[in-house]
Amino acid sequence: MTTATAPEGVTGPPPEEPPAARPSLGRAFLDNLWTANPVVVTVLAFVLAMLTGAVLIVVSDAEVRATFDYLFARPSDAIEASWTVVSEAYANLFKGAIVDPEAVRGAVSGDNTWELVFFPISETLTYATPLIFTGLSVALAFRGGLFNIGAEGQVIIGGILATVTGFALPLPLGVHLVVALLAAVLGGALWGMIAGVLKARTGAHEVITTIMLNYIALYFLTWLIIQDGVRDPGRTDAISKKVDGASRLPHLAGGQLRVHLGIILAVLAAAGVAWLLNRSTVGFELRAVGANPDAARTAGMGIGRTYAIVMIISGALAGLGGASQVLGTAYALTPAFSGNVGFTGITVALLGRAKPWGVVLAGLFFGAMQAGGNRMQSFSGISIELVVVLQALIVIFIAAPALVKAIFQLRAARLGALQTSLAKGW
Amino acid sequence: MNVLYGLLQPDEGEILVDGAARQIRSPRDAINAGIGMVHQHFMLVPVFTVAENVMLGDERVRGGLLGLLDRGRARRDVREVSQRYGLAVDPDATVEDLPVGVQQRVEIVKALIREVDLLILDEPTAVLTPQETDDLLAVMRGLKAAGKSIVFITHKLKEVKAIADRITVVRRGRVVGTAAPTASEDELASLMVGRAVHLVLDKEPAQPAGTVLEVSGLTVFDERGQRVVDGVDLQVRAGEVLGVAGVQGNGQTELVEAIMGLRPVAAGSVRVAGQDLAGRTTKQILRSGVGYVPEDRSVDGVVKDFTVAENLVLDIYDRPPYGSGMVIRPEEIARNARERITEFDVRTSSHESTLGTLSGGNQQKVIVAREMSRPLKLFVAAQPTRGVDVGSTEFIHRRIVRERDIGTAVLLVSSELDEVLSLADRIAVMYRGQILATVPADTPRERIGLLMAGITEDAPPPPTEDAAMTPADAP
Repeated sequence: MTTATAPEGVTGPPPEEPPAARPSLGRAFLDNLWTANPVVVTVLAFVLAMLTGAVLIVVSDAEVRATFDYLFARPSDAIEASWTVVSEAYANLFKGAIVDPEAVRGAVSGDNTWELVFFPISETLTYATPLIFTGLSVALAFRGGLFNIGAEGQVIIGGILATVTGFALPLPLGVHLVVALLAAVLGGALWGMIAGVLKARTGAHEVITTIMLNYIALYFLTWLIIQDGVRDPGRTDAISKKVDGASRLPHLAGGQLRVHLGIILAVLAAAGVAWLLNRSTVGFELRAVGANPDAARTAGMGIGRTYAIVMIISGALAGLGGASQVLGTAYALTPAFSGNVGFTGITVALLGRAKPWGVVLAGLFFGAMQAGGNRMQSFSGISIELVVVLQALIVIFIAAPALVKAIFQLRAARLGALQTSLAKGW
Repeated sequence: MNVLYGLLQPDEGEILVDGAARQIRSPRDAINAGIGMVHQHFMLVPVFTVAENVMLGDERVRGGLLGLLDRGRARRDVREVSQRYGLAVDPDATVEDLPVGVQQRVEIVKALIREVDLLILDEPTAVLTPQETDDLLAVMRGLKAAGKSIVFITHKLKEVKAIADRITVVRRGRVVGTAAPTASEDELASLMVGRAVHLVLDKEPAQPAGTVLEVSGLTVFDERGQRVVDGVDLQVRAGEVLGVAGVQGNGQTELVEAIMGLRPVAAGSVRVAGQDLAGRTTKQILRSGVGYVPEDRSVDGVVKDFTVAENLVLDIYDRPPYGSGMVIRPEEIARNARERITEFDVRTSSHESTLGTLSGGNQQKVIVAREMSRPLKLFVAAQPTRGVDVGSTEFIHRRIVRERDIGTAVLLVSSELDEVLSLADRIAVMYRGQILATVPADTPRERIGLLMAGITEDAPPPPTEDAAMTPADAP
């Protein structure tokens, strides 16, 4: 700094710089594109995961690997083989998840039914349904500052109650389904409430209690389904009786299409959670407690009460996920009926950035991966586990935005916000 | 300053040390470049001795491969440095037993032992009594005489004028001007704010009415079971400001938290307008007409991820017109926000902005606006202007006086004596959990300063009007 010259020894502030010229629309768009905003990071995380997946496909295919033995003699072989196997795998992933152009052509020309055209979408929606419920469950808890690892246990308890209600109560059509769904809500809510109340009353960390409750729920299930009265008498394996037709979630389309009412309920649940978070007093408290419990307490909110409420609602949503598994697709309990949707729900919530509509999109995406993965497995011979690896990679890239930022040299913007949405709850 | 000390990395620009550009990637680089720093929050291990703390990060060993810590040498070094610069510290004392002022000296010794040429002191006086501050300034003069350079960061204008040779004013991350120490406080303040400010608060004499807040025999324990508030009696009347002065950590925080129902009351009572509030929930206390500005803004006062509008209703979101039953009404919350933003001059691009994007002063204005937006009987302000720029401080002070003038009882807790002196109508001095004395606002600062240090022997007899409220001197 130059020495002061004014008599009293004070120099004024330097003149304000003229404001920079407003950037053109195109420039602003490009600037925005290359700043690390959440959408860009998400898209790039997909790209990175697909590229990594491609490497895995190539490495895991023995024939393709063989072409790499003479890579330097005839590189075209290796490149061509790699391209074929990767492009075919991803094409099948797409065809299994969204639509197969062949089937559309066939349907138009009358060679096959329209049903075949909608089959992939139906599968995607079917797989997505429980994931949206559990994703919402975990996301809601996240927003309330809790990490609900226990969605799995809540799914199981919800599923058990839905199934038992489904085969044990003789209720008329319409009523039976509603009662079975309510039973699932109650079961999940109860299982969530245990962790919530323990946290509120004793400070027991919900991550620990919910993991333990998962074990209890799982082994309760395996015990329950071999008890007389629950076990299917006509089967030798561990499976429960089937639920009544009246308690099943009705299919939305006929024939082979498995998509059921659950997907509509899931979207309604997302709308409900969105309303709860943004338009209700409970949601306001929940978000305040999640974002800054000290300030919430100082503002007079009951922290413990909020934790309990969060876990009850979160558990209820997960319970509905369990109901959609048994009342929508499986119709009976098996030791693995949940299909790990409770755990996958954590990933769905992360990918959806703990926002209700984000969770719906993430759930649909995971459903699509699952549906497409089935086709990829049977048509390209690539194991479905690759799909799980892809999902995991995407979430890792999203959870570590700094990594994506470094790889693509993005400008820093709102990275903090991005990271906190995933880091809260610990 | 964190960039200078290697804690943060610069995005652009360079740092020249003795004319040569230096890359400072870590505090170790900074120390090697001759830069030492004393942080606002001390970086000392409480259970270690002074010598152990000083050797931390630069452990000398003897015995070759055995790697025995050379405590003897650390002790000698501490003694040598403290004698050379006149910093009296005992190398064998355990840090947690030392008063704050001495702990700060340990930090300075720690830097000097590493033979730094430039010492950065970040808000060093925030935790000191006026006497300790004077001692620190004397130490700084000694260091200057010994050829060391000092960067002294503070927002207290008096201290700047007392010690600085050159003054640089930084506002919002930019150097906005320089001044000589001969510049007046008003000139410096104007430079800091960017417009003319009046540092001296104009206020009418208080017109106190009936007692609103009556605290009697209040005793509070902290998490470790220490008696941190020890039988405090306080009365605040409608239309007056009672200032609670005291060095940080003498029970003021716990006193206020107990009044607000945020901390259990072990004994005694808290009455607001005749109602006993001890044992009530914070929500009930806020509802009974108490406004509260918590001392730690970012922890207790605001939700940084929330919008300005949401923060403005953080404790009234569930009451009409903002919410009723299950539903909140965003349009009412937005309307309220627009009004408050105008009324309290909150500088924000929109009420939808995330609160964390606002400056500290504007965040504080949001809290004050929220708490003053409902009819109050009692306004409790703890450190209402800590870390707040001069312009916002001036504004908040004027609002507090205005609240007083409309008949609200105001309890002001501040460790900044200047703030208490300029706002309060009566001053209670808190020391080790007790109110040592309650004195009129025109009491000389020196006397209050001594009281803050726990010294009461040579104090003149307390004025008669407050005789009843002055507890016996500590045994």
